[in-house]
Amino acid sequence: MASVVSSLKSPSAGSSASAESRTSRVTRDSAWVRWTLTAVALLFLTGFLVLPLAAVFAEALRKGLGVYFHSLIESDALAAIRLTLIASAISVPANVVFGIAAAWAITKFQFRGKNVLITLIDLPFAVSPVISGLIYVLVFGLQGWYGQYLNAEHPWFPALQSWLVDQDFKIIFAVPGIVLATTFVTFPFVARELIPLMQAQGSDEEFAALTLGASGWQIFRHVTLPNIKWGLFYGVILCNARAMGEFGAVSVVSGHIRGETNTIPLHVEILYNEYNFTAAFAMASILALLAIFTLILKSVVEWRYAGSRAA
Amino acid sequence: MSIIAQNIKKTFGTYTALSGVDLNVPDGKLVALLGPSGSGKTTLLRIIAGLEFPDEGSGRIEFHGEDVTNVPAGKRGVGFVFQHYALFRHMTVAENVAFGLTVRKRKDRPAKSEIADRVNKLLKLVQLEALGKRYPAQLSGGQRQRIALARALAVEPKVLLLDEPFGALDAKVRKELRRWLRHFQDEIGISTVFVTHDQEEALEIADEVVVMNNAKIEQVGSPQEVYDHPATPFVYQFLGNVNKLQLPWRGMPADGDNSPVTDEVNKVAFVRPHELEVLRHRTGAETEGERVVVRSIQSAGSIARITVVRGSSEYIDVELSRQQLDELELIIDDSVLLRVRRSRTFAEDYAI
Repeated sequence: MASVVSSLKSPSAGSSASAESRTSRVTRDSAWVRWTLTAVALLFLTGFLVLPLAAVFAEALRKGLGVYFHSLIESDALAAIRLTLIASAISVPANVVFGIAAAWAITKFQFRGKNVLITLIDLPFAVSPVISGLIYVLVFGLQGWYGQYLNAEHPWFPALQSWLVDQDFKIIFAVPGIVLATTFVTFPFVARELIPLMQAQGSDEEFAALTLGASGWQIFRHVTLPNIKWGLFYGVILCNARAMGEFGAVSVVSGHIRGETNTIPLHVEILYNEYNFTAAFAMASILALLAIFTLILKSVVEWRYAGSRAA
Repeated sequence: MSIIAQNIKKTFGTYTALSGVDLNVPDGKLVALLGPSGSGKTTLLRIIAGLEFPDEGSGRIEFHGEDVTNVPAGKRGVGFVFQHYALFRHMTVAENVAFGLTVRKRKDRPAKSEIADRVNKLLKLVQLEALGKRYPAQLSGGQRQRIALARALAVEPKVLLLDEPFGALDAKVRKELRRWLRHFQDEIGISTVFVTHDQEEALEIADEVVVMNNAKIEQVGSPQEVYDHPATPFVYQFLGNVNKLQLPWRGMPADGDNSPVTDEVNKVAFVRPHELEVLRHRTGAETEGERVVVRSIQSAGSIARITVVRGSSEYIDVELSRQQLDELELIIDDSVLLRVRRSRTFAEDYAI
């Protein structure tokens, strides 16, 4: 009753008072519902997220720290870590460039086929990673178009063909294929993050810089980039996490050659299939740590991002 | 610097934003482009600035006799101010103002101390010298727009272009800032074009008003001219309130600008609310008018507004001074005589 009286005083006081009374009624009347819901949520989180994560580390450390570290510095493991780092070190910067270019083109210019481009950017999200891998095998495999080019009698750019043959340059079942597949799968992250942000910001600041005599590069460097930096960083973090963890597409193009074309996720699978659980979980723990690190970084960026947007 | 725009056409797809517009801004004048939204005024301003270009094969822009039609925005020497300020949000106020100087090529760039001096002078000019270290988000709307103006002036532009500069501000600040702009423009004497849809704003501060509608210019003239002698029904209706009185009307005076009123050609006469007179009794032949009934009286403020009705459905707004209202002792449902002091008719039958 008190809340009804207070709500008559003024519209603003009324709305907050009635909101208060509504929440207090919910909390008072259905405490058991609240507790049940919380308990279910907690159980779910524990069962599906915390326990598996703990299990990864428990399994990895079951035979002690010595064995744990030993299985990480074993040469095939090191090769897998190195390959994962190489793949993401190439695909993440490539996607930063592609993503900024695509977002820039889509948000600052009007042109025909813009919606087609937006749809194409989402393509890697829409198709199964296995299909992405198969596309590359068909295009760049030795039985595919690339193989036909290598074996052609009258190819375009004969110099290129002979150089590729001399080098025995392989794309599929080799590092270039893994980089390509990783780049393809992670392509949307940066662009998807930037497009709505740049759309919301509009182009007035760029136009203002233009009338003040700034060149295209100066406008990008001094106006656009500082405005999108947190969004960009956010996209990079997500892109990197996916690049390092990608399994499906990479699995198709990799060929699973130990010590050569295995990334961390692929190496985990191989070790697991060999019943080498400790080593498998040790490798898996690296990915788990990466995930935790990514989540922490993501929260920090979100917090900064919100701050810079509010300003 | 005078600005001349000739035969400017601009279409966006199937939409015509400007259909062959000519504009002439005399040196040192403050010109308002006035019109409803969609009339093409902002497009014209952006074409003058070089942020848009006229359609292929049409149009020519001259600054002080020099053809700048194909000169990019950055090299035209224009200062542009946006409705929503467009300040660089991650830079301080001082960095914002200095931007146009710091992005210059090294050989054209003033020394750091010189830039700092110029920024200080400009901040003093817009009366915000204490705010150099703040960020745009920490300023009020009026302050932001003055900083945007200082930033535009830092590169010593030949012309100043303002796109609805007061549109995002509240009424009180808007009034203050537009008077300040008028004063400011008098002081520095730079040719200025500003876009607005607020007729009061245009009439108050512009030397010359360009009224636009439907991708065309309707009329160009001093505020007095366009208000007192509107060239078209559109201008008449856009600049201030107007009554359209159905003819015939007893005692309708001859049109001041045009041919005498003939009921055959003209179906309506345009009359402003203050050009009407309310009389209690018929006192002579020269005070002929129509019988009307008072429907509402709004007497708050310095001017009283009353609504009267002729016949059953022709509602007419009338403005009286408070003194007149008191002398007439009007009450609702009074029957009075309404006389037209001044009216305007247009030969063509415009549909608006």
